[in-house]
Amino acid sequence: MAFRTRWRGAAAVTCGVGLSLVLAACGGGDDDGGDDDGDGAAAGDVDCSAYEQYGDLEGTQVTVYTSILPPEDAAHIASYEPFEECTGATIVYEGSAEFEAQIVVRVQSGNPPDIAYFPQPGLLQTVVRDTGAVLEATDAVVENTESYWSEEWKGYGSVDGTFYAAPLGANVKSFVWYSPAAFEEAGYEVPQTWDEMIELSDQIVADGGKPWCAGIGSGDATGWPATDWMEDVMLREHGPDVYDQWYTHEIPFNDPQVADVLERVGTILKNDDYVNGGLGDVTSIASTTFQDGGLPILQDQCWMHRQASFYQAQWPEGTDISEDGGEIFAFYLPPISEDFGRPVLGGAEFVAGFTDRPEVLAFQAFLSSPEWANSKAEVSPPGWVTANTELDASLLVSPIDQLSAEILADPETVFRFDASDLMPGEVGAGSFWTEMTNWIANDKPNQEVLDAIEASWP
Amino acid sequence: MSDNDPDRPDVGSGSTATALREDVPVAAPRPKEGSPVWTGVLVALGAVTVIGILVVVASLAGLWTPEFDWPSWLVSSVTAVEKFGLMFFAIILFVVVMSLILLAVDRARGVRNWMVALAFLAPMGLMLVFGLIYPGLRTMRESFFDRTSTNYVGFDNYATLFTEDIFQTVLRNTAIWVFIVPIVATLIGLVYAVLVDRTRFEALAKGLIFLPMAISMVGASIIWKFVYEYRPDQEGVEQIGLANQLLVWAGREPYQFLITSPLNTFFLIVVMIWIQSGFAMTVLSAAIKAIPDDIVEAARIDGVSGLGMFRYVTVPSIRPALVVVLTTISITTLKVFDIVRTMTGGNFNTSVVANEFYTQSFRQFNVGLGAALAVVLFVLVIPIVVYNVRQLRLSEDVR
Repeated sequence: MAFRTRWRGAAAVTCGVGLSLVLAACGGGDDDGGDDDGDGAAAGDVDCSAYEQYGDLEGTQVTVYTSILPPEDAAHIASYEPFEECTGATIVYEGSAEFEAQIVVRVQSGNPPDIAYFPQPGLLQTVVRDTGAVLEATDAVVENTESYWSEEWKGYGSVDGTFYAAPLGANVKSFVWYSPAAFEEAGYEVPQTWDEMIELSDQIVADGGKPWCAGIGSGDATGWPATDWMEDVMLREHGPDVYDQWYTHEIPFNDPQVADVLERVGTILKNDDYVNGGLGDVTSIASTTFQDGGLPILQDQCWMHRQASFYQAQWPEGTDISEDGGEIFAFYLPPISEDFGRPVLGGAEFVAGFTDRPEVLAFQAFLSSPEWANSKAEVSPPGWVTANTELDASLLVSPIDQLSAEILADPETVFRFDASDLMPGEVGAGSFWTEMTNWIANDKPNQEVLDAIEASWP
Repeated sequence: MSDNDPDRPDVGSGSTATALREDVPVAAPRPKEGSPVWTGVLVALGAVTVIGILVVVASLAGLWTPEFDWPSWLVSSVTAVEKFGLMFFAIILFVVVMSLILLAVDRARGVRNWMVALAFLAPMGLMLVFGLIYPGLRTMRESFFDRTSTNYVGFDNYATLFTEDIFQTVLRNTAIWVFIVPIVATLIGLVYAVLVDRTRFEALAKGLIFLPMAISMVGASIIWKFVYEYRPDQEGVEQIGLANQLLVWAGREPYQFLITSPLNTFFLIVVMIWIQSGFAMTVLSAAIKAIPDDIVEAARIDGVSGLGMFRYVTVPSIRPALVVVLTTISITTLKVFDIVRTMTGGNFNTSVVANEFYTQSFRQFNVGLGAALAVVLFVLVIPIVVYNVRQLRLSEDVR
């Protein structure tokens, strides 16, 4: 009898464990892609004629590895549906907060994803040079990139003259978020030049408020918003040519021109009177996460927050984002001098492939095509845009996204890619971030910060 | 001998009686009769192992790389079902192979004792070699090469470690951690154990202090990150961190616990002490309870009490346990990574060696420097482990 009860106990435990494992395996199945009907009218009535060039990929699978996490990843996964419907392939999406570290590990251990979205061309460079595992772009991708993007974009996806990765989505970073309603009430006007912006800041201080709020905390990536400040100011202070020399290391990082820029950024970010509205003093910039950095505007504790177009996703649901008396909108960060036009700083992701199966190549070509851009625009919440010139901007939901799309597609815009993303990974995703954090949190002297970053350049 | 002989031993009618009686031969032990089939299995397993080792060594040395068409579920499983399937396959494979080994060793012919020992130890030994010794040796080798392990640079990486400011800060922080955490945690654990010993609320009190050990270090770090959270003392802004709220209620300014160096290291150390005190208390409490009562009574009779009892009787008696606790907590502290990474990311001059070698290897892609840091950590741990093992041997000799 004891023998039977013992076996019964063991059997019960085994069944329980087995059942829970099965449930876990079946339940968490949204990474199996394509088996939900999704949120699209797009699912049923998509026009498959544009997809015939990819052939019949029934039963095949493509894995995608990115740094885009929930909730932004839902729109990506939904945007693949027309492709999955028309070709029969399945896309398996995997987002990871550890992308920058893990992609190198995965490639080196022989387990690369089929496709990876690189948020920094500098990281792409490092992976190409150190591992040589990235495949050259196919003719289809080259054709798409040359047709649908302005010419500098192809350069950003190339390493040492060979083109590897087409751009995917983009963002515009030269925005200052503010509250039109608050401005109206206080009688402030949107500044058109840098000097006007400083005057406005002084005015706000005189009226008893703190004009600027900022947050640079971001876990492992703490410090990146401060690098965006430097890049925007570099474009405006010394112009796009010096900017290019800066990120290609033709001028050293501790060059006097760079020191000028750091000082000008310091007149705002390290000015006790200007920062940190609603969040504390200068050092609180380092302890506040970038997501929380602009929120004091909603509580009238702060007036301006310099941040990219993707910051839209951080405003609570239901916030009225509109230019005319709305709660929140963004104005273009004004130029310092007239010599350099209206420079715009932006970023993007790049699509690199590691395997050459036909379905992977087809998917890569799809991602660089207008079909993907418009499919994504249809399902995206506010906060997404692409530099693909064939993008139908009317599909975008938010006025900020439409403004961004306009700016990106405008041939008059002097567009420059985010410099820290173009620098080698050790600097752009390493010492540049940590030294700027040091500069703010520990009040490290300007020259020492620049010297330290220069010393770390490989 | 007849049944009535008084010299016959009185042993009843058990089987021993049979053995003791002279006319019944004692059964000889059953000879190990092994079966040739199992011997064959044993030889086959040995051959497969040897070939496997040769293949792996050859491919590592770059001499020959086997190229097979592995099925995709085996090599790159993607979906959850595939991954679970692979896990079960691996477990079953392991069970089958181990069973074969053990059965074969038991039933084969001509098996010696050393073979049995080898059969039990070999799988573990192999895994240790591949998982511990080979990576360890390789890391040591990489520490003498440059960023991508292509050029030999000798002791350059170590020179950088000891001369550059950032790394001197890292080493200084690690030293602070290693000195403070074991001593303070052990002290707290010891005092607590002595105080709650044989009181009414002993079980509850012990549970309370042991609770932090039940959560992961990352969980503890997140809790304390919220405790230290900073908000300015302004109109319309509420404090959300416990520490700053207490400061504000006491009429002082809120303080940036995590950003202001050098004190921020000490606030991180508090978290580690909070976690490790429970461990110290548990081990020391058991040791205190093991102190023989007669020693304590003798001391009482001699007029010792309270602090004197603690100093002259308790602490010397539990010395081995104290050493174990101190060394274990030291080793754990040298490895601390989660707390620093979760709370400050290594910024604000709080980085320690374990955090820094991750940063260097995986974010700066400087494998040589990361390896050098890892070797330094290893060298720092060795004396503690050696001391621990010696103490263990000594205490075993005493017993």
